[in-house]
Amino acid sequence: MAGPVLSFTDRGIYCAAGDFYIDPWRPVARALITHGHSDHARWGMGAYLATHQALPVMRKRLGQITAEGIAYGETRVIGGAEVSFHPAGHVPGSAQIRVTVGGQTWVVSGDYKTEADGLAEGFEPVPCHAFVSECTFGLPVFRWEPQPVTMDRIARWWAANAAEGKTSILGAYSFGKAQRLLAALPDLGPILTHGAVEEMTQVLRDQGYPLPPTIRVTPEVTGKTHPGAIVIAPPAALGSAWSARLGPSEETFVSGWMAVRGIRRRRALGTGFVLSDHADWPGLNAAIRATGAERVFVTHGYTAVFRKWLQTRGYDAGIVETRFGDEAEAEVDTAVVG
Amino acid sequence: MKRFAALFAALDATTKTGAKIAALTDYFRHAPEADRVWTVALLTGRRPQRSVTATELRLWAAEAAGIPDWLFEESYAVVGDLAETIALLLPPPDAAADLKLDEAIRGLVRLSGQPPEARKAAVLAAWAGLGATERLLYNKLLTGGFRMGVAQGLMTRALAQATGVEESTLAHRLMGDWDPATTSFATLISGEAGSDARPYPFALASQLEGGPETLGPPGGWLAEWKWDGIRGQLIARPCAFALWSRGEELITDRFPDLAPLADFLPAGTVIDGEVLAWDADRGRPLPFAALQRRIGRKTVPKALLAEAPARLLAYDLLEDRGEDIRDRPFTDRRARLEAILTALPPGLPLAPSPLVAFADWGALAATRAAARGEGAEGVMLKRATSAYFAGRRRGDWWKWKLDPFSVDAVMLYAQAGHGRRANLFTDFTFGVRDGNTIVPFTKAYSGLTDAEFAEITRWVQQNTLERFGPVRKVPAELVFEIGFEGIQQSQRHKSGIALRFPRMLRWRRDKGVEEIDTLESLRALLRAAG
Repeated sequence: MAGPVLSFTDRGIYCAAGDFYIDPWRPVARALITHGHSDHARWGMGAYLATHQALPVMRKRLGQITAEGIAYGETRVIGGAEVSFHPAGHVPGSAQIRVTVGGQTWVVSGDYKTEADGLAEGFEPVPCHAFVSECTFGLPVFRWEPQPVTMDRIARWWAANAAEGKTSILGAYSFGKAQRLLAALPDLGPILTHGAVEEMTQVLRDQGYPLPPTIRVTPEVTGKTHPGAIVIAPPAALGSAWSARLGPSEETFVSGWMAVRGIRRRRALGTGFVLSDHADWPGLNAAIRATGAERVFVTHGYTAVFRKWLQTRGYDAGIVETRFGDEAEAEVDTAVVG
Repeated sequence: MKRFAALFAALDATTKTGAKIAALTDYFRHAPEADRVWTVALLTGRRPQRSVTATELRLWAAEAAGIPDWLFEESYAVVGDLAETIALLLPPPDAAADLKLDEAIRGLVRLSGQPPEARKAAVLAAWAGLGATERLLYNKLLTGGFRMGVAQGLMTRALAQATGVEESTLAHRLMGDWDPATTSFATLISGEAGSDARPYPFALASQLEGGPETLGPPGGWLAEWKWDGIRGQLIARPCAFALWSRGEELITDRFPDLAPLADFLPAGTVIDGEVLAWDADRGRPLPFAALQRRIGRKTVPKALLAEAPARLLAYDLLEDRGEDIRDRPFTDRRARLEAILTALPPGLPLAPSPLVAFADWGALAATRAAARGEGAEGVMLKRATSAYFAGRRRGDWWKWKLDPFSVDAVMLYAQAGHGRRANLFTDFTFGVRDGNTIVPFTKAYSGLTDAEFAEITRWVQQNTLERFGPVRKVPAELVFEIGFEGIQQSQRHKSGIALRFPRMLRWRRDKGVEEIDTLESLRALLRAAG
């Protein structure tokens, strides 16, 4: 009787048959990476394997690494395991990783989102026996409106600010959320970017992702030189001297956490727009159903509640402890990221 | 309710006073008139009575959302607000019928007394037709927990701008016992609503930080004791006798001891004062605990009337023989007050709150230090020329309270907060040493920064010893300085004492559990406060 396809170690998710890790958090010889966010793609691995689309961002962030690219859907044999990468819809280049050993297929979701956003490669369900699923928003109170509805709200907010002579500043994570917004914003005025956002945007632009022209904010760029502008900046830049320099402005966050007034108020986030790169409750449930898996491991989010829910639905469900952020951290640290 | 929901969203989205007033003014100009009346009512704390229990709402909402009850409870724990949890969990509305606020509230009022199935059907139907924010507000109205984060003064200012009626006049017109169900907007604004018992807006003092030296020469000021009772306004008019609390609650019937005053006060007298439980033998107030036994009781048993008789100590006269004298100088109002009260027959439960004489600020400081011996919690300073203004206005009236008592105590239990503080452990039980054991003696849930609460929350999560429902038992390690305003004997508490207004003054990271205070030191404070 063969052992499980994947096991959960203190370094990360491990495949013994292929002697590799998926998104490990400690240095290992061989790492398969789902996507370029820093809690999944960490420094210090002997060799990296990720989608061709994910590599440029990883190289930008991790510097000199030994890395190899793989196409979505391409099958590769590593030791006794067969692996392939499939779109996760989370950010450009993000993947679910499928691992088959001895006829048993397991899939690690990484972070994922089921709604197509017009930029990231769209989520594809991958049939499997066991599914390792994130559940950042694994509570039924999280239910996203369709992206066009939210983008319409953002557009109206931008237009209203512009009419009052104010610059609009959107706080959004610099890789992923920022570019998703850029790709979906209507052409209402100049789009400015914080340096951190611009660097990631340029990497993706060079890869051929369709992104509108943007202007990097420098000391000469203000609301006066670019009236009616919208600015995309990392959340940490909101309410800072950096944003004050732009002149009269309105600031807001774009995050799934904005769906809950209590969380918003606890973090003194003011107003916000609800737009997440993670699946909402219906999305998580639909994704899990679509895999046909009977075993589900949940990680990263409201794990205890979500596992109990899956058990009541007849799944063999477990919790995997990972370093992708626990529940408390998820709120504190990714509150403005998710 | 769309317009009301938009108002709520606009107020929720900003912390800027100007933006809030603009949103309110716009609403008071353009919303349906009946809705405006309800909005004024809600923003002045006049909520419709609760017609559905929280338990019913939870069950109905879980059913409508198609989730098990335990998952509803888990969601509630994260969201921290019942009304919002329900609004987020319900499936999207079928059709957005725009129920008016007026219709929604009248519908709610009709629910009370109906059988559960009828109430459930009505609530489910309302939910199905409302958008997300409207649902949140509807649920808040249902649970009786409606709050909108707008100070009454701000609302009054916006209403003044929308109607052109002068602000303090309007503040007065909005006081009292008018009924939003039967009052039109025009009647309310013109001041024809309500009865002859309408009170004036209370003048509120500001906290004096530091000493009074910054107030200039002491000659222009009068001092009084700051009593720890219930601030009240007594109305004696030809067709009305009423006692109002500061929260505009009619409490006449709770203090039948004061009823005889109706027969003796000149018609058209309005007095601002403090209702106290009175120790006639010692000629001073009983501890607040004695008065507390009477608060919340609609009818008062005879024994309690005898044990804790009420007395009104009068601070000010607002209406003298039907004339509104709030604009006259305080010394003038005070003289008229004393003239009326000295003319009363002896034995009535009403007297002027005595003025505290002082030659200079140093003498007043010494008097203040002895306040607890008088049963007071500090002194009040009022400018001799001051008018009786509406609401809180800095400059003329100051409260100069005694520093709180304080003890060092250790945290024993922690519980998560509600609303804004759900997910954070903010409600703690503290203990002091009693021989070899530690006895719990008080709870406190304010006084720390958000960052400190976040840090303690992580500590509690990592150090939980036992769980009792929402309460976590933790090791007796974290020491806090607990401040409180008063201390009383109590049979209901294990420690035998009860504190008034306990709160955390500081997290004493520098102290260990071996350095906390003892139950004996608390008993010593109790004896001293005697």
